[in-house]
Amino acid sequence: MLLSMEHLNKEYPNGKLAVDDFNLQVDRGEFICFIGTSGSGKTTTMRMINRMLNQTSGTIKINGKDIAKMDPVKLRRSIGYVIQNVGLMPHMTIQENIEIVPKLLGWSKEKRAKQAVKMIDLAQLPQEMLNRYPGELSGGQQQRIGVVRALAADQDIILMDEPFGALDPITRESLQELVKRLQEDLGKTFIFVTHDMDEALHLATRVVIMSHGKQVQVDTPDNILRHPANEFVTNLIGEERLIRAQPNILSVSQIMLKNPAAITPDKTLDDAIDLMHSRRVDTLLVTNADGVLEGYVDLDDINRITDATTPVSRFTNREVFYVQASSLIGDTVDRILKQGVKNVPVVDAKKHLVGIVTRTALVDIVYDALRGAPATDEEPASPINADIHAAATHEGGESSQ
Amino acid sequence: MIHFLQTYGMQLISKTGQHLYISAAALGLGIIVAVPLGILLTRMKHGANAVITLAGVLQTIPAMALLAMMIPIFGIGSTPAIVALFIYSLLPILRNTYLGMEGVSPAVRDAAKGMGMTWWQSMVRAEIPLAAPVIMSGIRLSATYVIAWATLASYIGAGGLGDFIFNGLNLYRSDLILGGSIPVIILALVVDYLLGRLEATVTPRELR
Repeated sequence: MLLSMEHLNKEYPNGKLAVDDFNLQVDRGEFICFIGTSGSGKTTTMRMINRMLNQTSGTIKINGKDIAKMDPVKLRRSIGYVIQNVGLMPHMTIQENIEIVPKLLGWSKEKRAKQAVKMIDLAQLPQEMLNRYPGELSGGQQQRIGVVRALAADQDIILMDEPFGALDPITRESLQELVKRLQEDLGKTFIFVTHDMDEALHLATRVVIMSHGKQVQVDTPDNILRHPANEFVTNLIGEERLIRAQPNILSVSQIMLKNPAAITPDKTLDDAIDLMHSRRVDTLLVTNADGVLEGYVDLDDINRITDATTPVSRFTNREVFYVQASSLIGDTVDRILKQGVKNVPVVDAKKHLVGIVTRTALVDIVYDALRGAPATDEEPASPINADIHAAATHEGGESSQ
Repeated sequence: MIHFLQTYGMQLISKTGQHLYISAAALGLGIIVAVPLGILLTRMKHGANAVITLAGVLQTIPAMALLAMMIPIFGIGSTPAIVALFIYSLLPILRNTYLGMEGVSPAVRDAAKGMGMTWWQSMVRAEIPLAAPVIMSGIRLSATYVIAWATLASYIGAGGLGDFIFNGLNLYRSDLILGGSIPVIILALVVDYLLGRLEATVTPRELR
């Protein structure tokens, strides 16, 4: 465990508890986002990691070593630090700025210069910029330098306090890509404070949601979107974002209708027609005795056969398009919609039929994601959709689950 | 003019030297005391206002009165003059140092500390260089004041170019008055110019 925070409390002299029993274990290479409203204690917690603030009680360990027993100056030199207002020294060149911590650590001049070049390349800025002053750079370029400066002495942990809060959306996005790359390619560990939920969900491997000094939820972005711990989290994420995220977090099994109309191959044409009639559908899925999907029968095909005792296996259409229950909607929706079929059987890993996805359900999801509002009308909107919905009902019928 | 220089040339040089000595000593003491005090004040916000107000009050004491008040303590000569002028030099330097240090962006201070600079390193490498232009302009202002007021030092026997002026006033000799005043003006302008150059060199390129 690279960083471990146990039972951290921070009480201000006025008795206000800024951080209340904070616990977190961070592995190397993780990207942790602290998110919360202002006054939630997220920045306070972050600043305790490099002892810019000292906790009232609790322990923080880095690589198993209690930081309270370390020299704060040495500790800070080993941890990258990026703040919202960039904090570049305006009277130093970009090169001098990048070299601050290496210089404090007593690196040789040659080694520092080499590192400065390496860092400016990492920031994807031209090397000529090393001789410029921060004021000659744009805000985005300055913060790029701010980010790589935090890595210049090979720090493993980088603390970032709302580093992109003051940047315009396009610049912010490119900076987010930069830090994401640094985390993924260089294996750096980030503790990132933000109040921007999109940023947190996009960057983090784990998100720590805080409110009034307490941890409300600590989980991966997907799990938070899937299972918000309480109303506070739901509100923080925003109804709209939850809906937009649906195609990327919902799996097919979550929107499929269970208990589809299905029949086994040994049944007769008569049985098939009876079943279609009782379930009011025009298509039946065909499964074998074990529930493995084999194909489907269509009312059109049945019409051409006159012998009522013909077994279903004789007129089963075996070219059937199906989807896996565990796949994400976002990954399958295009394929399903492009196939032009009304509904698609859903199978598990062993091709057992487990349900059916109707085109209406998919369209609803896609529509909501585009419009960003929940579908208020649960009823099918048109008569065409009505029989699609009817393709799978919850009452009666033969099921093969 | 030529005649004046022929008669008083040597005297002029030695008086200018005295004048410079008194001013430089007062200003030097002022810098040694006011700059660290100003920096210290930024660390103790409560005391800051009181100290700056006190320095402001000292500034309002009439120059002649202050010089006279020094006599019982230091007698006559250059010492009381230097002490009195030193008191005058304090306020501009103190106030500008305080404002200059206060003006250093909190982000810079936070970043310096967060990157692992000690208090001293943060001062020497970040905060003082950034506050230097403001501190320097305070020193410049003090220098001009001190050089001008050093003429009064002659009144308590400290010498300097004030001797010419007071003699001129007593003897109704305008050539002596001008012979004292003009060098004072030139001295003040030259020193102001030199300090201005110094201010420019300590100002970070980007802040100019």
